[in-house]
Amino acid sequence: MEVTLRIKRYNPETDAKAAFKEYVVDVEPTDRVLDAMNQVKWKHDGTLTYRRSCAHGVCGSDAMRINGRNRLACKILMKELGKKITIEPLIGYKVIKDLVIDMDQFFDSYKAVKPYLIADDAPSAVERRQSPEQRERYDDTTKCILCAACTTSCPITWTNERFVGPAAIVNAHRFIFDSRDQGGAERLRILNTQSGVWRCRTIFNCTDACPRGIEVTKAIEEVKRALLFETV
Amino acid sequence: MAYHRFDAVIVGAGGAGLMAAIQLAGKANIAVVSKLYPPRSHTGAAQGGISASLGNTEEDHWKWHMFDTVKGGDYLVDQDAAEVLCREAVDAVLELEHMGLPFNRTPDGRIDQRRFGGHTRNYGEGPVRRACYAADRTGHMIIQTLYQQGIKHNVNFLDEHHLLDVLFTDDGRCCGVVTMEQRTGEIHTVHAKAVLIATGGFGRVFKVTSNAMAGTGDGCAIPYRRGVPLMDMEFYQFHPTGIYKLGILLSEAARGEGGILRNGAGEAFAERYAPTLKDLAPRDMVSRFIHEEVKAGRGVNGEDFVHLDLTHLPPELIDAKLPDITDFARTYLGVEPKTEPIPIQPTAHYAMGGLPTDVEGRVILDEESRIVPGFYSAGEAACVSVHGANRLGTNSLVDLVVFGRRAGRHMLGFLPDAELPPLPSDPEFTARAQIADLLNRPKGERASELREAMQEVMMDKVSVVRDAVGMTEAQREIDRIRLAYKNLAIDDRGTCFNTDLSEALELGCMIDCAEAIVAGALAREESRGAHFRDDFQTRDDKNWLAHTLVYRTSGGLQMRKKPVTITEFEPKERKY
Ligand SMILES: Cc1cc2nc3c(=O)[nH]c(=O)nc-3n(C[C@H](O)[C@H](O)[C@H](O)COP(=O)(O)OP(=O)(O)OC[C@H]3O[C@@H](n4cnc5c(N)ncnc54)[C@H](O)[C@@H]3O)c2cc1C
Ligand code: SF4
Ligand code: FES
Repeated sequence: MEVTLRIKRYNPETDAKAAFKEYVVDVEPTDRVLDAMNQVKWKHDGTLTYRRSCAHGVCGSDAMRINGRNRLACKILMKELGKKITIEPLIGYKVIKDLVIDMDQFFDSYKAVKPYLIADDAPSAVERRQSPEQRERYDDTTKCILCAACTTSCPITWTNERFVGPAAIVNAHRFIFDSRDQGGAERLRILNTQSGVWRCRTIFNCTDACPRGIEVTKAIEEVKRALLFETV
Repeated sequence: MAYHRFDAVIVGAGGAGLMAAIQLAGKANIAVVSKLYPPRSHTGAAQGGISASLGNTEEDHWKWHMFDTVKGGDYLVDQDAAEVLCREAVDAVLELEHMGLPFNRTPDGRIDQRRFGGHTRNYGEGPVRRACYAADRTGHMIIQTLYQQGIKHNVNFLDEHHLLDVLFTDDGRCCGVVTMEQRTGEIHTVHAKAVLIATGGFGRVFKVTSNAMAGTGDGCAIPYRRGVPLMDMEFYQFHPTGIYKLGILLSEAARGEGGILRNGAGEAFAERYAPTLKDLAPRDMVSRFIHEEVKAGRGVNGEDFVHLDLTHLPPELIDAKLPDITDFARTYLGVEPKTEPIPIQPTAHYAMGGLPTDVEGRVILDEESRIVPGFYSAGEAACVSVHGANRLGTNSLVDLVVFGRRAGRHMLGFLPDAELPPLPSDPEFTARAQIADLLNRPKGERASELREAMQEVMMDKVSVVRDAVGMTEAQREIDRIRLAYKNLAIDDRGTCFNTDLSEALELGCMIDCAEAIVAGALAREESRGAHFRDDFQTRDDKNWLAHTLVYRTSGGLQMRKKPVTITEFEPKERKY
């Protein structure tokens, strides 16, 4: 079937500002949007620029705005989208070229929450024990692939560039609720500041955006509750 | 141009590269160069598990693991290396747990383990639970955990830098790399006493593959152009269960948890071929079973695929242990695995071959194991060889961790006494010339057309079953593609994030890998592990119990043999 892709293009070396360009592609209904974009790049216009790698929704490279919603181009099929598809870069970070955005701030926020196990009690020659229930407690937030779909769907991040954003909170949650971790208090202190969880207004855009089905808003709420009731 | 000086540079931020980096972080001045952001590396796509004989759920021993690895590799495994792998696997997995990796747990809180193909108890008696796992996203957890440790240890990451060249001195020491920063197009020289290549595999050489688009063999091809050999390239693994046409992997864990392969008639055909291990026979064999079924007209509706059937498994088990892969079937095929069988076909999955190394990760130059000072490799790009002619499932992740760690530690010992070798006089010359050439060509064929032609012919003629006639055809086609590559033209002539350019560079690397695969496969006139020849159907230990080394020389490709190290297990016929 024929589908029109309307893609927001911007090349800093030649364009004063971004503009839409249309491409007609011939695709199967079961093709991914990424396949359609590859068709443009490989058959029509090699200058089209986007990040991609795994092509099946696990590496987090190709989050972009597709028909107004943040999606992974490799995880959404043509048949779900209609005959005209609008593709734009994620909102909130600087565009480097076409659909490639500057991820520096995103990774800086991630690093700010100390996203690693803080524990100095590793036993020798055996594993630490953790019951299946303790393991289940933080399972949801271990799924994050750092695609930035959530953070760039959040109106608070669009206007307040100091807000750490949902993805960083998800990754803090992953450790705060891990029974092996001893850095919870430290992370909660970081998230209790100006740029932390209290910026969140429970808008739920992030949860809708997450391609891994993580209950992002719920995770943020759990962190807030941990702060209020000191349950960690 | 930008110049950097480090003690060591690691190219590739997958499991192998990061594990090495963590050993060195804080103790030496290092950089990690990666064309992708580290957590986007393909290690993150690994699903089923990482093996170690912890014996948490039933009795197990590293020596049983070693035997399975050697037998699984059809006796082409270097047994001294397999011993290191299986002994150190236990400690390496525990180290991952200590770093915070969220493994699934047993009721008493230990790391849970499950079955995987070719892993047995007591030297082949029956399946054993050896694969440690985190649902069906074990690789995701590994890449996340190692990246987290990298951040914790302040590793210096040069993200979205594309490797263009590896530099050697005239007397054969490695002295750095040349990269292109994607964002600016700027060329960087990274001058170092040691370089580790951990750039992963090259599944993209084939049409149907489980590998990421970044899996283009850059780190193998670039040193190969500079005279370093590649080893055992003919051994490329096809995983039996890729999603039909797309190649997306459905982990062997699906069969480990009880899934069954069925042909068009609904028959569970694996037990006809492998009465003991059935669906859990090693991958090379199961892929051939599928090939046989399809050839005999027993594919589904007579077509070139069969079914993976999970419908008899408890739905809760599917949700708890196989959530991601069943989601892939729903997303990409619209199939509900709880009630419908999933169409699958073999998919190009894993390179057993690569840069030859010793057990310390040092790249070696010849059958005498002469080393290249300062030059290391680990992970799928390397060939130690612990996988021989066919890798067992879960043995790659453990290879990354064990040999990534060993390489990192060896470098740590090497660096203090090593002096910084001088750079060649114009270190960026080759890289710049290559790029200028691609950017300045007039109109020509598109890289995509050449890439598709290569992928088609490799899939048709050099995959699960091969013969001289088909491979000679493939060789001619690769030669044609190499010639046409000289005239290919790209659309994007800019410097900023030029992926048109990087895709063309990657194609150049894939052509080198494809050529080496075909050369090895044509030379090896026997069938062993993943290399099955219709015209030489049996294993020939008399002539071919040996690794192949392939060299690119000005006079064409040269093949040499390197003996296999045998310590414990004498070669036997491989039956399951
Ligand atoms: C779908 C799938 C499932 C798998 N499941 C399992 C499993 O369950 N168990 C198991 O043991 N094995 C599994 N494997 C195999 C295993 O995951 C891989 O072999 C392994 O992850 C490779 O790791 P690596 O560190 O060598 O390379 P990768 O993780 O592939 O990383 C390569 C790195 O090199 C960088 N790089 C590449 N080229 C360049 C360049 N030109 N310049 C700069 N950087 C570059 C990339 O950016 C990346 O960081 C699976 C493989 C696949 C494809
Ligand atoms: S929480 Fe979801 S949307 Fe946000 S970065 Fe992680 S995977 Fe992406
Ligand atoms: S390409 Fe990896 S998530 Fe889409």
